[in-house]
Amino acid sequence: MANASKKELLYVRTEMVPQQPPPAGEVGIRKWIWENLLSSMSKFSTVGETISSILMMFLTLFVIWAIYMVVSILYHFALGDAIFTGTDGSFCRPVDNQGKIPLGQNIGACWPFITHRIGQFMNGFYPEAERWRVYLTYILAAALIIPAAMPDAPGKTINSILLFGVFPFVATVLLSGGHMDISASSYTFWAVVFGVLLAVLAVFQIVTKIEGLFMKGAKILAIAAIAIFAILFVLGFDFGLAYIETSKWGGLMLTLVIGLVGIVVSLPLGIILALARRSHMPAVRLVATIFIEVFRGVPLITVLFMSSVMLPLFFPEGVSFDKLIRALIVVALFSSAYMAEVVRGGLQAIPKGQYEGAQALGLSFWQTNNLITMPQALKMVIPGIVNTFIGLFKDTSLVSIIGLFDFLGILDSALQDTKWLAPTNQMTGYLFLAIVYWIFTFSMSRYSMYTENRLHTGHKR
Amino acid sequence: MADAAKKMEISDEIAIEISGMNKWYGDFHVLRDINLTVQRGERIVICGPSGSGKSTLIRCINRLEEHQKGKIVVDGIELTNDLKKIDEIRREVGMCFQHFNLFPHLTVLENCTLAPIWVRKTPKADAEAVAMKYLERVKIPEQADKYPGQLSGGQQQRVAIARSLCMEPKIMLFDEPTSALDPEMIKEVLEVMVDLAESGMTMLCVTHEMGFARKVANRVIFMDEGQIIEQNSPDQFFDNPKSDRTKLFLSQIIH
Ligand SMILES: Nc1ncnc2c1ncn2[C@@H]1O[C@H](COP(=O)(O)OP(=O)(O)OP(=O)(O)O)[C@@H](O)[C@H]1O
Ligand SMILES: [Mg+2]
Repeated sequence: MANASKKELLYVRTEMVPQQPPPAGEVGIRKWIWENLLSSMSKFSTVGETISSILMMFLTLFVIWAIYMVVSILYHFALGDAIFTGTDGSFCRPVDNQGKIPLGQNIGACWPFITHRIGQFMNGFYPEAERWRVYLTYILAAALIIPAAMPDAPGKTINSILLFGVFPFVATVLLSGGHMDISASSYTFWAVVFGVLLAVLAVFQIVTKIEGLFMKGAKILAIAAIAIFAILFVLGFDFGLAYIETSKWGGLMLTLVIGLVGIVVSLPLGIILALARRSHMPAVRLVATIFIEVFRGVPLITVLFMSSVMLPLFFPEGVSFDKLIRALIVVALFSSAYMAEVVRGGLQAIPKGQYEGAQALGLSFWQTNNLITMPQALKMVIPGIVNTFIGLFKDTSLVSIIGLFDFLGILDSALQDTKWLAPTNQMTGYLFLAIVYWIFTFSMSRYSMYTENRLHTGHKR
Repeated sequence: MADAAKKMEISDEIAIEISGMNKWYGDFHVLRDINLTVQRGERIVICGPSGSGKSTLIRCINRLEEHQKGKIVVDGIELTNDLKKIDEIRREVGMCFQHFNLFPHLTVLENCTLAPIWVRKTPKADAEAVAMKYLERVKIPEQADKYPGQLSGGQQQRVAIARSLCMEPKIMLFDEPTSALDPEMIKEVLEVMVDLAESGMTMLCVTHEMGFARKVANRVIFMDEGQIIEQNSPDQFFDNPKSDRTKLFLSQIIH
């Protein structure tokens, strides 16, 4: 008995099995089709499996039918029955409505309605002769954003200085014409501000006696002062460009301006707010919390409306804001409140051990934040960040409510044109808008996936 | 052997002095009247039942936890609320954790060079040379460009030790460095720690690895209920425990 069981238990491998290629059915397209399309509806060995296979077949047929319907409707509207040429609305109207389309023929998209005024869709009421300035801005933006988005492109530092430090002002001057009315008192004001800061710094130096504090601070102040005065000078300088008031800006260009400013401001501001909300200092935490909860708790439209009443309260009398600047401020603040919560979510997920590991090595609070926790937190919440960006980009369409002619606003105004009245204009316009919005948001989404994969550093244990 | 023994000599310089130290978590008196003097070159093993305050004690030494009463002097610097002094101490005191706490978004080499570059302001090339030296010492130079998530637990803990050593600390603290590891990995980490002990490093080590304690420790400290109950040389401690609590504890861990 004991002997027999011993025999059964004993096993010694005499030969090792070398690695072999997988069987043919396990690779390639055949496997893919089988696993993804067929396997779920080819199991009939029990009653349950048979029923579920049949259900699966019906489901598959239904999905195929639904896809076919959607594609065919879209195809007929956008291409099959669409009108591609024409010089006014009559080309897209049936004959019984003073149009040129024979009765009984389906009328699809009225593309000439779009192409005829594509310039307006792109640039709003920006004067045609000056539109090169918009295009030049696009080229500059692309030249800076594309290398910034490529992880291996050289010159990251100079690239980001140009993109975040120089480009905004170049774009402002190019688009608006610059030559702004910057009075001598602005210069005086900033000179006084820097003077006061320098004095405060000197007092601090004397009180705290921290070595090199004054020199270090003075250096930073000097750089900031040079930057501010350079900006004032550039904005006030007459480059000979015609002044284009912001009420003439519009279309996709305005949407991009608001969207990009919102994106560029909301991320850093959101990060600061998130840190502030987690701060150990009660006052800092309170301010951040109030800011975030107020902006998150109120609809964007309300804030946009209120901005015309509220903003002037915060600034000296006589300072008037044009609608665009108001919209920019509101959109940026609004999305930073959302961004702050996204970033805070990432920070919450960082294990305490990461802080302790960094502290034990002697890293300071800011070093720990900038080198250890924030990079990890941001990486974790890339989907949330891009979600907020996409939401922000689409929400810019709300500025049409306060009378700005963004991409959506310009369509509304185009639809009023009696010369171009046609039954499918509205559908065509919205389809066009949807496609353009989608191209931008989908690119953002893809870029975020790419970044996620690039930053993926092995498996978490 | 004679050489190793000589290296393990203890100087009479004082590395850490803790006197009358008490700590509370809210109402809970977690450390009670701790008095402990550690000489430079000493290797101390701290053991005791779960929740006895071992981690809390060594975490007070580099101010990951704040004590409320008494005095802690590390390397001649008293721990107070002065951030500058805390930073100074943290630069000289390395620490290894039970769960490694490596930075998962940085490569092994970057993990090791981060603090020297940012805290000690060492030029990058020098920091990398030092890092490679210590990675070789913990026997994983070939993993330098991998991310922590791609290493085994034992390898990660060795990286964590190398990371601390890159700051060239005078004192090393270990908080159960092997208790999250499989037996074969425990061995590779302990080897590194023995090597470190033989080089004369001042070490405070919370561990239940009794073999390690016998081999390198010159003192074993037993804690219970936030107090130091007994301390003795490892041989005396294990073979001839004095207090009943110690006897009970030893009977529980040595089956
Ligand atoms: N942050 C905290 N807040 C409140 N109580 C805590 C905190 N950290 C630890 N404690 C308590 O303090 C006591 C000592 O904890 P400590 O982690 O030092 O024990 P330990 O001896 O290291 O135990 P183990 O062997 O399980 O690691 C425990 O009772 C624990 O519950
Ligand atoms: Mg512990």
